Amino acid sequence: MNGPAAPEIALVGCPNSGKTSLFNALTGARQKVANYAGVTVERKEGAFVTPAGRPVKILDLPGTYSLRGRSPDEIVTRDVVLGRLEGEEIPDAVVCVADATNLRLVLRLVLELKAVGRPMVLALNMMDVVARQGGRIDVQRLSKELGLPVVETVAVKKGGTAALLAAIDELPLLEDPPSEHGWREPNATEIRAAHAEAARILHDCAFHPGNERLTRKLDAVLLHPIAGVVVLLAVLFLMFQAVFSWATPAMDLIEAGIAAAGGSVGEALPDGMLRSLIVDGVFAGVGAVLVFLPQIVILFFFIILLEDFGYMARAAFLMDRLMAGTGLHGRAFIPLLSSFACAIPGIMAARVIENRRDRIATIMVAPLMTCSARLPVYTLIIAAFVPDETVLGGLGLQGLVMFSLFAAGILSALAVAFVLKRLVWREAPEPFIMELPDYKLPAPANVGLGLWIRAGAFLRRAGTVILALMILIWFLSSFPAPPEGATGPAIDWSIVGRVGHFLAPVFEPIGFNWQIVVALIPGMAAREVAVGVLGTVYALSATGDEVGQALQPILTAEWSLPTALSFLAWFVFAPQCLSTLAVVRRETGGRFWPTVMFVYMFALAYAASFATYHIAGALMR
Amino acid sequence: MIPTRDAAFTDSTTLPVDPLGRRARGWAGWVTGLAPTEGLTIPWGEMERRLLEMGFVEGARVEILHEGPFGRDPLAVRVDDLTVALRRRDAEVILVCEG
Repeated sequence: MNGPAAPEIALVGCPNSGKTSLFNALTGARQKVANYAGVTVERKEGAFVTPAGRPVKILDLPGTYSLRGRSPDEIVTRDVVLGRLEGEEIPDAVVCVADATNLRLVLRLVLELKAVGRPMVLALNMMDVVARQGGRIDVQRLSKELGLPVVETVAVKKGGTAALLAAIDELPLLEDPPSEHGWREPNATEIRAAHAEAARILHDCAFHPGNERLTRKLDAVLLHPIAGVVVLLAVLFLMFQAVFSWATPAMDLIEAGIAAAGGSVGEALPDGMLRSLIVDGVFAGVGAVLVFLPQIVILFFFIILLEDFGYMARAAFLMDRLMAGTGLHGRAFIPLLSSFACAIPGIMAARVIENRRDRIATIMVAPLMTCSARLPVYTLIIAAFVPDETVLGGLGLQGLVMFSLFAAGILSALAVAFVLKRLVWREAPEPFIMELPDYKLPAPANVGLGLWIRAGAFLRRAGTVILALMILIWFLSSFPAPPEGATGPAIDWSIVGRVGHFLAPVFEPIGFNWQIVVALIPGMAAREVAVGVLGTVYALSATGDEVGQALQPILTAEWSLPTALSFLAWFVFAPQCLSTLAVVRRETGGRFWPTVMFVYMFALAYAASFATYHIAGALMR
Repeated sequence: MIPTRDAAFTDSTTLPVDPLGRRARGWAGWVTGLAPTEGLTIPWGEMERRLLEMGFVEGARVEILHEGPFGRDPLAVRVDDLTVALRRRDAEVILVCEG
């Protein structure tokens, strides 16, 4: 068989089945991450070549327990498998991934997939764990019972996918996969019958002594009513301390490197417009953002690690009741936690929530979680205004302030959700049913690949959107140039200076000077840009050749403490960036919700900054 | 794998049948059925199928492993060889018997 194009394989499996690590093992870094047309479900496609030399495309579909499709993610999985998703090829074959230590639910999914009628392979992943735990699976018999090829895989080991690759080569692929299929939505009786069938097959083909011993022991602590909450808080606290302190050496290194590079380039160029653009615009601006790469990597490292370990579901379990108090779902905890990295993946992760209003409420509060783009702002201001001291027996004061900023974001998110769900909609809660997967040791290769993809995305942003904005801001803050013999900083005469001065009265009640106002405008494009702009604005308004000077001492000298605190308060609620608004518009299907989001967050930010500025001012008097 | 399922069923005719949602941590027993309650927030057919898909079928072995830290809610329930978290109000529709 050799169709006109490489055959397309759909990778299906239950959540927590190790599907993504198998996908990573098959494709390595050859992955394309995009969205399905019209919906914002993440589409992950990869490619590989089978041992027989056949190129194959593979699509990593969202995890699901059934083909019934209750959430946008699950609907994509169903429609791709059935061959009815617009813009997608009809898959030539299906590879179903099963966690071999936990076959019961996936066997029912396999029976559903079999009814679809496409060529199919069942991959029993994590077979090494089954063997280690003293279990066994009669693969041949299972294959006979199910009537399809069954192979063993160990996604995290080199060569662990050999059997699967061989099986893919053997699949009887059709030149033109038919669009018709034999699946229809099962009713309760049919689900019961399928369960009985799955239980029978399992009983005949597999023996498992019970793999939950370690998980039970860990859960005895991690889900304990007191110890569990203490551990959760400790994990969150450790995360933020790590982000603030572990990243420092790497950040210093990057900062020094950029300063050196900017300096030597500056020396090589003749004095003039071009030099100003390169040194003041590009190096000062992008450099100020790039320096936060270590922090973002550390944050994602924690999030990926906790997710792979199986702790995220435990966090959702522990927090469900508190979330329920606000009308949100325990499951909303995971999207909200991801929003600490960036609101965009967080908002997209909200798709695991079936109920539309629950999903919208989660989306609306996700940007209140302190995203990594706000870290640069927090870091800068804290370093400039909060003394580096230890309090309460060894806690870093700077880390503590950082922690309270995060806490302010969380509490306000819960409050807004409460208002929306309980006061505006007054609705009954949706059922909360969620698997607590067995703990698994995260595979370093998977964590590494995940970090690589995230860091790459950040660097691309720094290299494109942020670079373009920096150049635009540099232009707006350099032109028109001051007239001959003018006094004062040159930026005062520029377009940015004029806009800043014009808008300054609006922000004066909350203690912002015009430089801050100038920084807020491009900060809409990407929040971390605000720091870069402050760098540009202050570097440019400095009269001498002080471009290389760090921003921090300038701010310490120029801003009062109430202004700094007000600025921090602003960024707790800061109207989210344009890309967030764009994603919200796509996710909610209209302009209404992004508008609501912008208006309410602007109002909250203004109110919080107003209160902070005046209270801090009164306390200092 | 589940050796005494049939035995439990024959005994269950004489045992009281109660909602799982009212049981405490450490309790273990069998699922005897699913039945709608008044507090349902989604259609019964949908609720029933969601629970079935997570393994709450008649005859499934259940054990309450953990209770949430606040208000002893939600529950972490071992269902045969899987652990599922669900709220007490949702567990009200799962009928169980001791044994």
